[in-house]
Amino acid sequence: MSEAVLPAPPQDGGKRKSALAQCLAQPSAVIGGAIVIFFVLVAIFAPLLAPYDPSASDWLAIRQAPSALHWFGTDDLGRDILSRVIYGARASLMAGVISVAIAMALGIPLGLIAGYFGGVLDMVISRCTDALLACPFLVLAIALAAFLGASLQNAMIAIGVSAMPIFIRLTRGQVLVVKGEDYVTAVRALGVRDRSIIVSHILPNVLAPIVVQGTITMAVAVLAEASLAFLGLGQRPPAPSWGSMLDVARQFLTEAPWMAVWPGMAIVAIVLGFNLLGDGLNDALNPHREGE
Amino acid sequence: MLKFILRRLLVAIPTLLLVSVMVFSLLKLLPGDPVLALAGEERDPQVIEYLRSKYSLDEPLPVQYFNWLGGILQGDFGLSIRTRLPIGEMILEKLPVTLQLSFQAMIIALIIGIPAGVLAAIKRGTPLDYLVSMIGLGGLSIPSFWLGIMLILLFAVSLGWLPSGGYVGFFDSPIDNLRYTLLPSLVLGTAAAAIVMRHTRSSMIATLKQDYVRTARAKGLREYLVVTRHALRNGLIPVVTTSTLHLGELLSGAVLTEQVFGIPGFGKMIVDGVFSRDYAVVQAVVLCAAVMFLLMSLIADIAYVILSPRLRA
Repeated sequence: MSEAVLPAPPQDGGKRKSALAQCLAQPSAVIGGAIVIFFVLVAIFAPLLAPYDPSASDWLAIRQAPSALHWFGTDDLGRDILSRVIYGARASLMAGVISVAIAMALGIPLGLIAGYFGGVLDMVISRCTDALLACPFLVLAIALAAFLGASLQNAMIAIGVSAMPIFIRLTRGQVLVVKGEDYVTAVRALGVRDRSIIVSHILPNVLAPIVVQGTITMAVAVLAEASLAFLGLGQRPPAPSWGSMLDVARQFLTEAPWMAVWPGMAIVAIVLGFNLLGDGLNDALNPHREGE
Repeated sequence: MLKFILRRLLVAIPTLLLVSVMVFSLLKLLPGDPVLALAGEERDPQVIEYLRSKYSLDEPLPVQYFNWLGGILQGDFGLSIRTRLPIGEMILEKLPVTLQLSFQAMIIALIIGIPAGVLAAIKRGTPLDYLVSMIGLGGLSIPSFWLGIMLILLFAVSLGWLPSGGYVGFFDSPIDNLRYTLLPSLVLGTAAAAIVMRHTRSSMIATLKQDYVRTARAKGLREYLVVTRHALRNGLIPVVTTSTLHLGELLSGAVLTEQVFGIPGFGKMIVDGVFSRDYAVVQAVVLCAAVMFLLMSLIADIAYVILSPRLRA
């Protein structure tokens, strides 16, 4: 998983507005953002957009090729693939957002503590982070998901915990840069408590690279959820999930190849959206990286 | 150099120990009794007690951990509940398969990624650069299992050129081995090629801005020679190190690729272990994956020092 490395931005409203303008000036951020918004809207309005009930089987329409009635065809149980792809956006987006929220909720405080207080606490947190980072991301997520049990909720926890160390390391690094700034020394000299310094003065100034990393990690989380569902460790059937749809499709490659095409294209599109958005945000918020 | 290697090895030891504690705790946190899983249908309390004592599961947790670690240091990972075979032997049998796939994937990644990255860097800001960069981002966004399915659909189902799955050992038939491993290597190599391309591009952009490149151009050297003789040599140093590091990460991709193509490798071993609730196997695989990753980090660091004349001095 790549890591966003950005200088901490100064905390003033005017600059933040210009950062937003810079984001909008990045074509990749705009295209990526548009793709992500499209899928968010699809997920929200799934009941209005889906032509059929995604779980309703039609025994007279088993494995039908794409037609005017079923645009993406039907699956092995006669369910409409377009409706399942539309509803599947919910599981993917939820997995992306919640996993990253878990990773951030655990990783940012630990990174703040390690970076700000240093010493033994930093050493313990950093060594544990190294140990977690040494385990390949998906292997760790599979092991955790297996131990927790197969469900979308447990998959999200497993992905969140596996993605946590990257946020610890990133936050710690950013805190080490910011805590040496004059304004932090000044508030410390004023006798402000450590907790207030961390929450009110350090956290807002290390958030930009964390947001970029969060966007990139969402792409990884969506891919990981699809991978876990494909292995049977994520969303359980009959609830629609793109990964589990591909797992079923694999068994009918010769008879119904269309079953494998659409869910995969949906995964590629949403992951590409998050990757483009993350790249664009990184370019916009990090002038040193632009064009590289 | 030896001092540097020794220092890096010493730094890796506490990390490895922590990984081992984590992996050990993972199994202990599990609901359920591993002895009951070992006993199978047998529910005789005497047999259960015998098994508990045989596998030292009646000892306190720290003792169990040191027994487990001691065993691993001697190559004893315990027995697989599913196959009843020593896990160490299973790893030795399956690891070469995954390593072969990973090496083939890395070769494909380097063949595609380096020229594409160099081209994008030279033509920076042109439509060609955008096209190559978009293809690279696309390569990162394609799930390996879907790409595998699509390649099976094209090359095995539609064209019939290659087998859709399975595996033949290299020493049994080198030609068949290549036929069976070509598609999985291509799948694994796609994401790796995208990563190599992105690293090559940004490294070459930075290198092409260096003074010595400007001097070479000022001397009137042809652009082809400036790139190949001067920029590429230095620009590829970080690419070689990140590629080495990425070899360790290819294992993640191998889990899904081996599953799609039915290859009996290290990645499939973890999935089989998960579904047969063979947690000792899962433990061993996670631990070995972490060791390999740390080993690759070490090799990457050493390669960086060897290749970079400034650091070597």
